[in-house]
Amino acid sequence: MAYPQTTKTILTAADISRTVDRIAHQILEKTEGARDAVLLGIPTRGFPLARRLAGRIATFEDVSIPVGVLDVTLYRDDLRMRAARAIGKTQIPPAGIDGRLVILVDDVLFSGRTVRAALDALGDLGRPRAVQLAVLVDRGHRELPIRADYVGKNIPTSLSESVRVRLSETDGADEVQLYPGTDTSAAPATGAAERRVVA
Amino acid sequence: MIAHLLSAADLDAATATLVLDTAGEMAGVADREVKKLPTLRGRTVVNLFYEDSTRTRTSFEVAAKRLSADVINFSAKGSSVSKGESLKDTALTLQAMGADAVVIRHEASGAPHRLARWIDGSVINAGDGTHEHPTQALLDAYTMRSRLGRLAGLHVVIVGDVLHSRVARSNVHLLHTLGAKVTLVAPPTLLPVGVGSWPAAVSYDLDSALSGADVVMMLRVQRERLSGGGRDSFFPSDREYSRRYGLDDARLRRMPAHAIVMHPGPMNRGVEITAEVADSARSTIVEQVGNGVSVRMAVLYLMLGGL
Repeated sequence: MAYPQTTKTILTAADISRTVDRIAHQILEKTEGARDAVLLGIPTRGFPLARRLAGRIATFEDVSIPVGVLDVTLYRDDLRMRAARAIGKTQIPPAGIDGRLVILVDDVLFSGRTVRAALDALGDLGRPRAVQLAVLVDRGHRELPIRADYVGKNIPTSLSESVRVRLSETDGADEVQLYPGTDTSAAPATGAAERRVVA
Repeated sequence: MIAHLLSAADLDAATATLVLDTAGEMAGVADREVKKLPTLRGRTVVNLFYEDSTRTRTSFEVAAKRLSADVINFSAKGSSVSKGESLKDTALTLQAMGADAVVIRHEASGAPHRLARWIDGSVINAGDGTHEHPTQALLDAYTMRSRLGRLAGLHVVIVGDVLHSRVARSNVHLLHTLGAKVTLVAPPTLLPVGVGSWPAAVSYDLDSALSGADVVMMLRVQRERLSGGGRDSFFPSDREYSRRYGLDDARLRRMPAHAIVMHPGPMNRGVEITAEVADSARSTIVEQVGNGVSVRMAVLYLMLGGL
């Protein structure tokens, strides 16, 4: 079997830290200094990742990139499949997103449906110059024509597995794990959340 | 998440807090370029109003439209109700047209409860007789929380025609659930029978109640309901009512500096509240209207946004 039968750590705390550093460098390189960039984290774990990226970019190049948080719950395409869920916080930096380069940040890229929802939400908030996507983990199984511009790690997975990202800000420790089994509500076949993990 | 919203007493603290938190996020939509969310696309909300209303009906309509629901306004005037159609037949007609939610205002207390048993969709009570008006209580709680930062431990004084006020009844239930302390102040003739069993203190003296108040909520003198027995049977004159139970500048100055003034509207300026107080910086009356839209968006989302 190519896939683990037990929980396996894919990224340790040190790996995550190095990965965030690398993505920060890549953003600076690809956007020529990220002067007009805005980082928007998708809750829950995209937001702390966006903050970390902004922090690293500030250390490397002394540019201060505005960081915001963009909740996409109200734009999801699977709302009718489950009971109404609590919505998260949305906070767009005061300077707005019009004419700027918006970099969406999320922890795991899976079906692509969360990113689709985020793109729709952005359209209602303003008109960015361009939109890019940064993710810590790309686990494949896309259901929409969406790709990431910055990927921390590509993890080949089976649909019968789940990826769990833990970050110190939200979960008390930094770690990415792959474990067997799915939270049925999170299986992409039902079109549900990409980041959904067993509580 | 919530099947029907018939009474503020149906909401436990966790659900009520969820509604207020959701409303806080919905409020951001009003400041955006596109004041619309796609969330309730394809859902139908019927506003079924048997009584006159400006702000509540408009507020529900704006809330539903901001969530992209289709809205059908149905008022008793100019409908088959004026030909004698019963509530049940009207309800079954709306059901057949595929209403996902019915927002009902009715002069009979308990009408929304009946309606909830006849139709499959969600029922939201937008005011039934002298019984309840739960979304008003939610928007009042939301306004207090956003002005004063909390609800638990607040002292809220509700003044005026408690007897006919669904706003007062819903507020007493909800504020009690959320940990605020309520004092009702009214002339004895305008207090309902059994008010002693409500989770609230009762006083006949406005001045003594105001000294420790964080919030004072003035109720409208409901002329249309008072006319039944003749207004004279409830209090001698507007002038005397206003002197004993009206909020004027002098009373406002004696209240703690942080205290806010609320009124569910529509106001009788010069009777329960003077124009200076209504227009002062400590009055939240206009804010309440704006908050009403956010709170109703939250309620509609939590009722219709899921399975």
